[in-house]
Amino acid sequence: MAVISVIEAVRSAMQEEMRRDKSVFVLGEDVGKRGGVFLSTQGLIDEFGESRVIDTPLAEASIMGIALGAAFKGMRPIPEVQFSDFVWPSINQLVGEAARARYGSNGQLTVPMVVRIPYGGGIRGGLYHSQNVESFFFHVPGLKVVSPGTPYDAKGLLKSAIRDDNLIIFLEHKKSYRLVRGEVPEEEYTIPIGPADVKRQGSNITVVSYGLMLHHCLEAAELLSQEDVDVEVVDLRTLRPLDTETIINSVKKTGKILIVHEDNLTGGVGAEIAAIVADQAFEYLDGPISRLCGPDIPTMPFAQSLEDAYLPNTDKVAAALRELAQY
Amino acid sequence: MALIIELPHVGESVVEGTIGKWLKKPGDQIERYDPLVEIVTDKVTMEMPSPVSGVLSRIIAEEGETIPMGAPIAEFETDDPLPPSDKKISSEPEATPPPVGTTGYLVKNVAPVGPTGGGPDGEPVISDTPTTTPINNDSPVVSKREQPNSQRLSPAVRRLAQENNVDVSAIHGTGVGGRITRDDVMASISTPQTTPTSNPADSEDTILKITPIRKMIAEAMVRSVSQIPHAWSTIETDVSSLVIVRSTHRKAFIEKESVELTYLPFIIKMVVESLRENPTLNATWGGDTIILKNRINIGVAMAGPEGLIVPVIKDADRLSIVGLAHAVSDLTFKVKNRKLSVEDVQEGTFTVNNTGVLGSISSQPIINYPQAAILTTEAIQKKPVVIGDGIAIRSIMNICMSFDHRINDGAESSTFLQSIKRRIESINLDTPVY
Amino acid sequence: MTQPRSGSKNRSARSSSSRKASDAGLPKGISAEDLIDYYKRMVLVRTIDERIWMMNRQGKVPIAASSQGHEATQLGSLLAAEKDGDCFLFTYYRDLAVKMAAGLTPAQVMKSFMGKEGDPYSNGRQFPLQGADLEHKIIQLSNVVAAGLTQAVGYALASRMQGENTVSIVYFGDGASSQGETHEAMNFAGVHKLPVIFLCENNHYAISVPQKSQMAITDIANRAEGYGLAGVVVDGMDIIEVYEATREAISHARNQGPVLLEMKLERFMPHTTDDDDKRYRPAEEVDNIRQRDPVITMGQYMTQQGFLDPEQIDEISKEATASINNATDEGEEAPLPDPSTIFDYLFKD
Repeated sequence: MAVISVIEAVRSAMQEEMRRDKSVFVLGEDVGKRGGVFLSTQGLIDEFGESRVIDTPLAEASIMGIALGAAFKGMRPIPEVQFSDFVWPSINQLVGEAARARYGSNGQLTVPMVVRIPYGGGIRGGLYHSQNVESFFFHVPGLKVVSPGTPYDAKGLLKSAIRDDNLIIFLEHKKSYRLVRGEVPEEEYTIPIGPADVKRQGSNITVVSYGLMLHHCLEAAELLSQEDVDVEVVDLRTLRPLDTETIINSVKKTGKILIVHEDNLTGGVGAEIAAIVADQAFEYLDGPISRLCGPDIPTMPFAQSLEDAYLPNTDKVAAALRELAQY
Repeated sequence: MALIIELPHVGESVVEGTIGKWLKKPGDQIERYDPLVEIVTDKVTMEMPSPVSGVLSRIIAEEGETIPMGAPIAEFETDDPLPPSDKKISSEPEATPPPVGTTGYLVKNVAPVGPTGGGPDGEPVISDTPTTTPINNDSPVVSKREQPNSQRLSPAVRRLAQENNVDVSAIHGTGVGGRITRDDVMASISTPQTTPTSNPADSEDTILKITPIRKMIAEAMVRSVSQIPHAWSTIETDVSSLVIVRSTHRKAFIEKESVELTYLPFIIKMVVESLRENPTLNATWGGDTIILKNRINIGVAMAGPEGLIVPVIKDADRLSIVGLAHAVSDLTFKVKNRKLSVEDVQEGTFTVNNTGVLGSISSQPIINYPQAAILTTEAIQKKPVVIGDGIAIRSIMNICMSFDHRINDGAESSTFLQSIKRRIESINLDTPVY
Repeated sequence: MTQPRSGSKNRSARSSSSRKASDAGLPKGISAEDLIDYYKRMVLVRTIDERIWMMNRQGKVPIAASSQGHEATQLGSLLAAEKDGDCFLFTYYRDLAVKMAAGLTPAQVMKSFMGKEGDPYSNGRQFPLQGADLEHKIIQLSNVVAAGLTQAVGYALASRMQGENTVSIVYFGDGASSQGETHEAMNFAGVHKLPVIFLCENNHYAISVPQKSQMAITDIANRAEGYGLAGVVVDGMDIIEVYEATREAISHARNQGPVLLEMKLERFMPHTTDDDDKRYRPAEEVDNIRQRDPVITMGQYMTQQGFLDPEQIDEISKEATASINNATDEGEEAPLPDPSTIFDYLFKD
């Protein structure tokens, strides 16, 4: 199998789906000639032309509103937000309008739309090129939120998302674009939206994560296995809907759960998981439900020391796992 | 043909309306839905549309007149049938408002602001119209919890058991599925219980099932005793004159009024006059205020078919002794025949209980929450008393009162009782009964 | 008749040189039967509008926005769209006349306003007539002001991508013309020369905020030039002029590029049933604008042109009242939506 990066996986998924279905098209700032600021859409305009790879004016709200209108007429748009930090002007069209379209029309309207959003930090992006925005969408009924952590998952999930008839927020951790590489099959495959993936089996303690943090959890699990602590790593892959069954089954097995995410602690995905585990696996807990997350400050700052202080990393995850294991 | 139009029900708990302005006059040809008349209620003003097409032949309720919902307001000449009337919802009893305090409370039966702003002129547009569909209170969120395993100990149980050296295997669990609860552990520790809610029965004991009324009475008593600091006071009254007055009037009264003349109307009359002079006894505790009730509504404790019940004579201060006699008789009849309505037992501000009829000479009654006091009239006994330097045989009746010591002190309660005593002892054949 | 020019070098947008109601004969593409049909629709729409406000005062309709005063614009443009046959409409909350005249029954409209089962737009999930009526080619997802403009542009983009000729017509008010997305939508449409008509119903008030506080200009149509659109000012109280201007705009949008039609009209009622316009609008002003009632004006046009006589006008009014009475009864008797459906239609499987 070929070993590719996350950005190559994303590009490959879009290319394959645009070949497969003429109603799929891409729009966003710099997605055309430039191929996207991360080169995620590189080559697409050459193959599919500027009618299907549209360089839009610099106006985020309209990118989403126009994509939504096109979706009403039966197209399958993939609008891109250049950086998650710039998604805020589009919130009305995404959360106020698109997420409510089917429900508010009593089923008449369909929104087959994938909003691709590079997010996350660790690349010296400062307050406006590092934001984690997943919890805002995580909270909204009427849409799905996907955040793959590997090239294999990224390609399979993006293909599924494009074929899905619903509004999907597809979050790509920008540091993983080049830094995470993995095997991807040559043959056609998709990964269903929803199910989590147990990336490492274990029996002493469960760690749940997604996105780039997944890899820090895997590395920390490796460290702890040398200390005779057997860590199970659950990769959420889809944030909404949460795969509650996989999480609960893991907690029943291990009795201890640590949730790791780069997003701020308060009101993040981890808070919801904690509530679900407390509700449904109360009897199985052998230790407090724990979270290791970004601190409650507005995103990681620019200076190296401050960014490092913000971000969870392999050593911090390992320390948290050790502490919980000893409880 | 002639058709009478009635004042429609416009909302829950709105029982009457005042005619504001007639928008049509007799002789006018009117189409169905044309605005007919302005109705003013205590909540809102509305324009009532004509329910039929036809000619307004005469106006029955004039501008400014206040009439109950359902009363006739106009007559039409029409061939239209009356459309089906709105379902009449019996007004829900307005619960006694809780003390206000800084937390405040939810106002009922007043329209909130509209979906996009306040109504015209800052007034609510209309009070809530009764919904015909009952609210479905089933929660749509279903927890996927499993049944608890009775063998598992929760963290709280483990901690408590450990801290107190308790052997959990000896404890009988009362939680779901037989689970040992924290309370079970607490119970097995020899520390005093806070509030025993029930006592166990032995196998030889007989268990009586309680009626809902008994349950309600029990709850009301607990609430009153736990929330109101009760204090008590007793006085003796010389009712010799009252006895004579009553026996003198009695026969004529029965013939004229068809109703028995008891001592109770006299007592109530005197109580009510004393309440007027001592408004803090016709009050309720408001948290950080004392609320003096404007109306004087006397509750009269009676033995109902299923237990104690306290129907209320509304505005008792506006009734004469004869009026009170009728009121008591009506309520007694209703109690016996189970014809009391919810309004009959609401909004009492002071309660009187004739404990003497069963022979009691002294009582410590429990206040009817949230009133300020309750008063009993004990049995009338002939007793020797000292008058001047001699001894006479007089009819003596004790009056006992329990009162909320937050609102009134001994001084106020004594002043009140003394004024009642004075009034009762002044009753003579000249006292007007009508 | 001159064609509207896009990218006009004039400062001022062109005024519609279309025929007026005072001109004799029939407008292009319209028969007398069409006009009679539209007059009936106009009377029906006005009658239900008045009835809905009355029912709000009785507590049976929680909220309503009136289209009184807007009827000529809404029905004139609808007539042009219907005659064209390949238009798709994005409406806003004041477009009761368009939505009903597009083909809803009075009972359906009543059910929508009363939040009952059978509301065609959202089955009682949304404010009245909000959601979609795909059968009649109308979408209005929300009442977030100006949210529909970019959606209408996207719809037109898709139409072109699919090789179709559908023209999107998006309705909005003078207040909406201030929203950022309005400018984003016009900009994109202008760049790509999309088949979109931006139809502004300028009634000079956004709730209580008058036009002079809303913008520095008098004619919204003047903004067209800034985005490479054709801009036209139209007398929105004249149904014939509105019809003509829209008919021309549809052709221009389909063949040359987007059009900004500014309909000058009047709002007779307060913003919604929750508003009290006495707080900000002089009574004389409201009395004055009511002199130009489009329903009365069209009635006069019909009798002057000999399409209807006064007895027929009267008959139409009576029929409308009877129809609305039946609709009111049907609405009252209709059931409420079943709470067990509350989770339906979150996703398409």
